[in-house]
Amino acid sequence: MSVEFDRKIHDTLADANLQLAVYTATGRLKDKRIQVTAAGVLPDYQELRTQANAIKKHVIDNLDHYLEEFERNVESHGGKVVYCKDATDVSDFVLDLAKRRGSRLIVKSKSMTTEEVDLNERLAHHGLESVETDLGEYILQLAHERPYHIVAPALHKTRYDVADLFTKELGVARETVPEKLTLIARGVLREKFLKADIGISGANFLIADSGAVAIIENEGNVRLTTSAPKIHIAVAGIEKVIPRAQDLAVFLKLLARSATGQLVSVYTSFLAGPRRAGEVDGPEEFYVVLLDNGRTKLLPDRSKRESLYCIRCGACLNACPVYRKIGGHSFPWVYSGPIGAIITPQFMGVSHEPGLPFASSLCGACGEVCPVKIDIPKILLELRGDVRKSEAREGLNRIEKLAFRIFAWVMTHPRIYEMAGRMAASIAPTGDGKWIRSVPAPMSVGPLKAWLSERDMPPLPPKSFREMWRNR
Amino acid sequence: MSRDNILHKVRTALGRSAGQAVADPPPVRLRVPEIAMEDRIALMRSRVEALAGKTARVPTMEAAREFVAGAIAGKTAVASNAPYLVECGISSLPGVRTGIREVGELTAVCAQVDIGITSADYALCDTGTLVMIASPAEGRLVSLLPPAHIAVVPRERILTGLDELFTILPDPAAQTSSMVLITGPSQTADIEQILIRGVHGPGQVTVVIVG
Repeated sequence: MSVEFDRKIHDTLADANLQLAVYTATGRLKDKRIQVTAAGVLPDYQELRTQANAIKKHVIDNLDHYLEEFERNVESHGGKVVYCKDATDVSDFVLDLAKRRGSRLIVKSKSMTTEEVDLNERLAHHGLESVETDLGEYILQLAHERPYHIVAPALHKTRYDVADLFTKELGVARETVPEKLTLIARGVLREKFLKADIGISGANFLIADSGAVAIIENEGNVRLTTSAPKIHIAVAGIEKVIPRAQDLAVFLKLLARSATGQLVSVYTSFLAGPRRAGEVDGPEEFYVVLLDNGRTKLLPDRSKRESLYCIRCGACLNACPVYRKIGGHSFPWVYSGPIGAIITPQFMGVSHEPGLPFASSLCGACGEVCPVKIDIPKILLELRGDVRKSEAREGLNRIEKLAFRIFAWVMTHPRIYEMAGRMAASIAPTGDGKWIRSVPAPMSVGPLKAWLSERDMPPLPPKSFREMWRNR
Repeated sequence: MSRDNILHKVRTALGRSAGQAVADPPPVRLRVPEIAMEDRIALMRSRVEALAGKTARVPTMEAAREFVAGAIAGKTAVASNAPYLVECGISSLPGVRTGIREVGELTAVCAQVDIGITSADYALCDTGTLVMIASPAEGRLVSLLPPAHIAVVPRERILTGLDELFTILPDPAAQTSSMVLITGPSQTADIEQILIRGVHGPGQVTVVIVG
């Protein structure tokens, strides 16, 4: 584990307000999901998960085919598909288009994919104003922070934080009532929508047979972003493709339920190309940016490939006992929680943050709630193996390897084992029948200290099992 | 070229070659339940109302006009170009702007008025959803920019749910550049998870069922 990861975790654990905020918010989302996926409400929930998994598997296994079909159909409706390999490709495309059209103001709706490539910062660097319009994302943009959670980005901010931020950044009178804060944001952003030349959105699904993108939201800012400006650019990872519009009947039922506990989100936009002849409104130009940014690195491994089935609902975050304690900003990249713990190492390389696949109790809750049935615990285990292999290559874990060799030798020699047990019992603290939370100084050194500092031990029983067996 | 480069990487990783055939995807899964019209109407109303939307059921097109006239009550409104609103006599109510076909004018009007009036191509009763298909008759902004939205829907357009919608419309892109599903008023819970309605879209949604 890096020092940085360790420090952020400890900071989060020490912040009582933050602990309460994260625990309450995730708890509420978790309960709402359970209510709307219950057998009495959605009897075919498990069948829908199975179908969603089968569709995703089929698409990812044949990804090139569906990308090309999607591209053909977008173009048949007068849209354009732009493949981008990384962050620079995306910002170059947007900058070039903005320059050619003389655009200065961009409105943006929530997109984890654009967070990945720091699009706003790159555009701002070249003098373009790019405004986040989802309320949570807008708050974070003003605070210069990353999303705390995949679906509830500002869940760590209180109304007072937001009040201070609006007063400082927007120069408005201080308001602490959430309704009033929302109205302030609505007012500021409404003007931006009506003035902007370009709208940039994400996409939840790319539909191959229709050449359409589907985008899910509750606020209406996606609809405004994709309808009001003359140009709409949807940015999505290449893994977002599904074969048919009819498959939406499966995915739409799962996504909102898993994400926010709604039956469906307030708005689902299904967008296929620019405004057509006779239509009253809508953009004149329509682009879909298909981003790789490391996704192709996940494809060769048949097992770990299923990480790309993710529909970014965030259910695994709310279910995860580790996320609920260490929060979203402890994670080293934009994706947090169990899904972040499996995709970050694969996108960035396992040595980027070797502690990540270990930040899990392997309780299995994430796999259980995943609407597309990604076996997250299995992939975490595989990644732990990859971390160890990479450390072995770099000669990093010699002491640990030696410790395990000694351990294995002791375990396979009964007499030595018994002797070691007696020795440990004689020097270990008794704990007076309670859990042992600290160990005496001589044992608390080096890697052993780090290992023990995170673990409490049960008190040693007065007699070992072997002794009891002999005296039975 | 990033395009060819990315597609090449994908194929290499998957062990596929360009243009290689693909097995059939898993069969489409659409289940359309039998729900009687009266039950559909009742379910539609209860779903919309559970989301703090309003509903009304009126027996005739004439009565729909009366209802909408009462809702306007001196406020300003814009109506979409839907023939059904003309047939109901809603488009010619006093204080209602309609017949706008130019995007600049439509944006300006929608940003100013109190109420946007539309019909809907379909409604989905199991979720309380309105299905809005963009066309010369229905703009996108009428149901989006004004703070209140009234949708006037003849009862026969109420479907059971998403599965029936996608059975009737296997590919919406064949007829429109935009199909939007609207389920209740615009909402956010981004500040302390407190539910607030009407953040960017309309905070009030009224569904008028005719027949």
